[in-house]
Amino acid sequence: MTEFVLPPIDYAALAPILIMMGAAVLGVLVEAFVPRRLRHPIQLPLALLALLAALTMVVLNADKRVITIGVIAIDGPTLFLQGAILVLAAMALLLVGERAIERGGAFVAQAAITADSPDDRRQAEKAGGAGEVYPLLTFAVGGMLIFVSANDLLTMFIALEVFSLPLYLLCALARRRRLLSQEAAMKYFLLGAYASAFFLFGLAMIYGFTAGLGDRAAGVDFATIHAAVANSTASPVLLFAGMALVAIGLLFKAAAAPFHVWTPDVYQGAPTPVTGFMAACTKVAAFGALLRVFHVAFEGARWDFTPVLGAVAVLTMLVGAVFAVTQTDIKRLLAYSSIANAGYLLVGVLAPGRDGLSGTMFYLVAYGFTVLAAFAVVTLVRDADGEATHLSRWAGLGRRSPLYASVFTFILLAFAGIPLTSGFTSKFAVFAPALDGGQTWLVIAGVLTSMVLAFPYLRVVVMMWLSEPGESTPTVTVPGGLTSAALVIGVIATLALGVAPGPLLDLATGAADFVR
Amino acid sequence: MSDFPFLSVLTVAPLVGAVVVALLPRSRPVLAKQVALGWSLLVLALSVVMWVTFQVGGDRFQFRESYPWIPNWGVNFTFAADGIALVMLMLIAVLVPLVILASWHDAESSKRSVPVYFALLLVLECTMIGVFAAADVFLFYVFFEVMLVPMYFLIGSYGGHQRQYAAVKFFLYSLVGGLFMLAAVIGLWVVGGKTFDWVALSEVDISTGAERWLFLGFFIAFAIKAPFFPFHTWLPDAGGAAPAGAAALLVGVLDKVGTFGILRYCLPLFPDAAQWFAPWALALAVIGIIYAALLAVGQNDLKRLVSYTSIAHFGFIGVGIFAFTTQAGTGAVLYMVNHGLATGLLFLVVGMLIARRGSALVSDFGGAGKLVPVLAGVLFFAGLASLALPGTAPFVSEFLVLIGTFTVNKPVAVIATLGIILAAAYVLWMVQRTTQGTLNPALTGIDGMKRDLNLREKVVVAPLIALIVLLGFYPKPVTDVINPAIQATMEDVGRTDPAPSVDTVQEAGR
Repeated sequence: MTEFVLPPIDYAALAPILIMMGAAVLGVLVEAFVPRRLRHPIQLPLALLALLAALTMVVLNADKRVITIGVIAIDGPTLFLQGAILVLAAMALLLVGERAIERGGAFVAQAAITADSPDDRRQAEKAGGAGEVYPLLTFAVGGMLIFVSANDLLTMFIALEVFSLPLYLLCALARRRRLLSQEAAMKYFLLGAYASAFFLFGLAMIYGFTAGLGDRAAGVDFATIHAAVANSTASPVLLFAGMALVAIGLLFKAAAAPFHVWTPDVYQGAPTPVTGFMAACTKVAAFGALLRVFHVAFEGARWDFTPVLGAVAVLTMLVGAVFAVTQTDIKRLLAYSSIANAGYLLVGVLAPGRDGLSGTMFYLVAYGFTVLAAFAVVTLVRDADGEATHLSRWAGLGRRSPLYASVFTFILLAFAGIPLTSGFTSKFAVFAPALDGGQTWLVIAGVLTSMVLAFPYLRVVVMMWLSEPGESTPTVTVPGGLTSAALVIGVIATLALGVAPGPLLDLATGAADFVR
Repeated sequence: MSDFPFLSVLTVAPLVGAVVVALLPRSRPVLAKQVALGWSLLVLALSVVMWVTFQVGGDRFQFRESYPWIPNWGVNFTFAADGIALVMLMLIAVLVPLVILASWHDAESSKRSVPVYFALLLVLECTMIGVFAAADVFLFYVFFEVMLVPMYFLIGSYGGHQRQYAAVKFFLYSLVGGLFMLAAVIGLWVVGGKTFDWVALSEVDISTGAERWLFLGFFIAFAIKAPFFPFHTWLPDAGGAAPAGAAALLVGVLDKVGTFGILRYCLPLFPDAAQWFAPWALALAVIGIIYAALLAVGQNDLKRLVSYTSIAHFGFIGVGIFAFTTQAGTGAVLYMVNHGLATGLLFLVVGMLIARRGSALVSDFGGAGKLVPVLAGVLFFAGLASLALPGTAPFVSEFLVLIGTFTVNKPVAVIATLGIILAAAYVLWMVQRTTQGTLNPALTGIDGMKRDLNLREKVVVAPLIALIVLLGFYPKPVTDVINPAIQATMEDVGRTDPAPSVDTVQEAGR
């Protein structure tokens, strides 16, 4: 019997993941043993501190290019995306931790109380919020960190589950409109479970495909898959079917059509800070994984997957843009906008070479900042029943609170891709390499859908500024320090990345090299 | 003095002014107006200095400045002005203070903030100057798009009837054009070796197919902006709903970005495609001249009427550009300037008339000249300038366009000349129905109609009238500046003027 050799472990490279997971476990312990009133003041700084510590470790690892314990690849894209996830998660955490807007925050203490019962209404009005959201969020972030660094499909699958399960729970914890929130969580969970199953099935097929390699053992690590794509003797049907199924699992998380149907319901039903977290961080994680899978593992099959993924990209852009036009709820509108943006990101994923990779990563960061700022504004526009998300209620908001209406207008202009906002530079960052790589049709589809998509954004601007305020125009709550901080960071980043994208582009270009 | 960074200072100065004006308290509207006016006069003074410094017959591009912006994509803040850009910059600098003065009370009728209105005007000036001064395609695109935002709010927040609809239509049309251009800009960047510098790009050899697509991307954006038939439908709505001052800038300057863009980008960067598409462009231009003139005849809304006349005039400019002769080209650029002056004046006067009557409908007037003779006289003069009466500036440019076109393309010149007759029809009929004839009894009861032009309004119209007459008799200072730039552009396209010959009759007979 051969002796089992412990693989060498690079703890420094794994530190960000270990810190987040450790903080999450600590958060669970706090929730179990600390008196109720002390939990929030402990949990929030704990989670924030963990994010900062993890971010510090990512920065310290900046020059590391290793594959440790065979399954975690710490390289440029990993570090860039981990950094992005941590920064965006910190912003989302600020929104989650806000207690000044609503008593007890946006989360309900006991989600199990029958929705809409008298007890529930009493709880919605009076009770403090759940502290469990902090460990849940920290677990999710930890999972995402693994997800973007996973160097084999099995680790990737586990990471997928680690960050998905807390998200399903977080979606169900809305204080207001609980039925909607629970319905959203249920939908997200069921569809997510299907997507995971697809992913797992694809993984099995890929494993079968790699068995056709004569000179090395079968496996699902990306180096083996890469070698198998080049010279496996197994049937290519296994490869194509496996590739498609794995892609379905990832595209589901990325909210690409036709795997997008959960997005509007979940975005609408989930507590708004969680929606922002999903729109920003889940997107980074999902596209990080897509980039690695398609640029590293399946790179040799580029000619085979490009037309299919290209069709998915076009469909995603179309669905997002066209359905956004008909929306009457701001959160659903942002959901469809996020679907369309997934389409633009796919254009970047399909653009070959370093430029495509760095452009996509730049887009992810730019979009994350803007979308979090957008949801931060949504949390502020409220009436007695909570957030007023119906678009008709936003009429005349420009008169009631010119400051927040201006901020939101700026965000919408960024979504529409007007120059001097990050929306424009990021579109350029993905379209230019795509055109350079000969994907003209994707760029044309992107430009055409951008035109359609401008209309719903503009409609909101018209609503806010050019309509007279009515009886039902809600007021904008003065935000607490946390939401203000998140909003200011988001808006400044949107402006800065639009006016001077150079530094971040440099960073992304420098990081655009996978270890193999 | 020629080392002074005129163009970047001119671009940034109005923006600084806008910030200052916007920060003034809402309760001090008069101060805001004064600061805005003073600031725009400062810009005018600087422009005059720049005009004097410009060396006629010197380099094609002068005042060149370049600072790195996004090195990853080869984007620079590059400013440079040729003769065409210079006259347009001058036009902006002249019009903006007059528009601010003319709009003195415009913002008060709405419930919105007065300082913001004037700040938006200054932001608009910044973006307009930037778009003409840019010599980097990316920078040009940025200004081209950002220009929409202040105009959108000027129309949408301070406009009249149907302002929401007009503002959205304006924004969407322009954005659609802009996105076509974005695709072409990226394409140009890819085939041009990842640079945005105009000079470098103008020397790149592009394959025929790519050149045509790129030309089309740029051309659609500019044709929507200008606007050419059939992309024109947003202009009457926007022009009709915008406050008179903003409308004067919209039609007088903003739309010239389209024709300027064709001259600066479509022709020199894609010369072969420009020649290939020229018949189509000429056809659109000629249709525009006749079609818009006919629609103008039938308009009952004064501002919409003036908007339609502008579309007809843009047809003339289009003809002048795509005739590819120096005369026609010079005429087209001169037309851009003169049209800015004449239509700017017409819009401002019409605005004064509408402000007094409280209605923009021609049928609500009648015999107004008996109540406000000076105003009616100015309207008549503006109308005559607009129909290109000899002695007014637009005549010179229209004549140049027509003879320049006639030497190479007789049918187009002949059909375009018909537009002059229609111009007489819509202008004279409009003047007749508003200010001549029997007095509309409804007018006597309106207080506003009892006040003729006051001093402020006289100060607004006087410089424009003076310039129109001056350039009508002595256009040389402007044509001298334009001519070398047009010659260079025609060289880029590779067209030379037909040699004057006594055999032209025979040639036509072949």
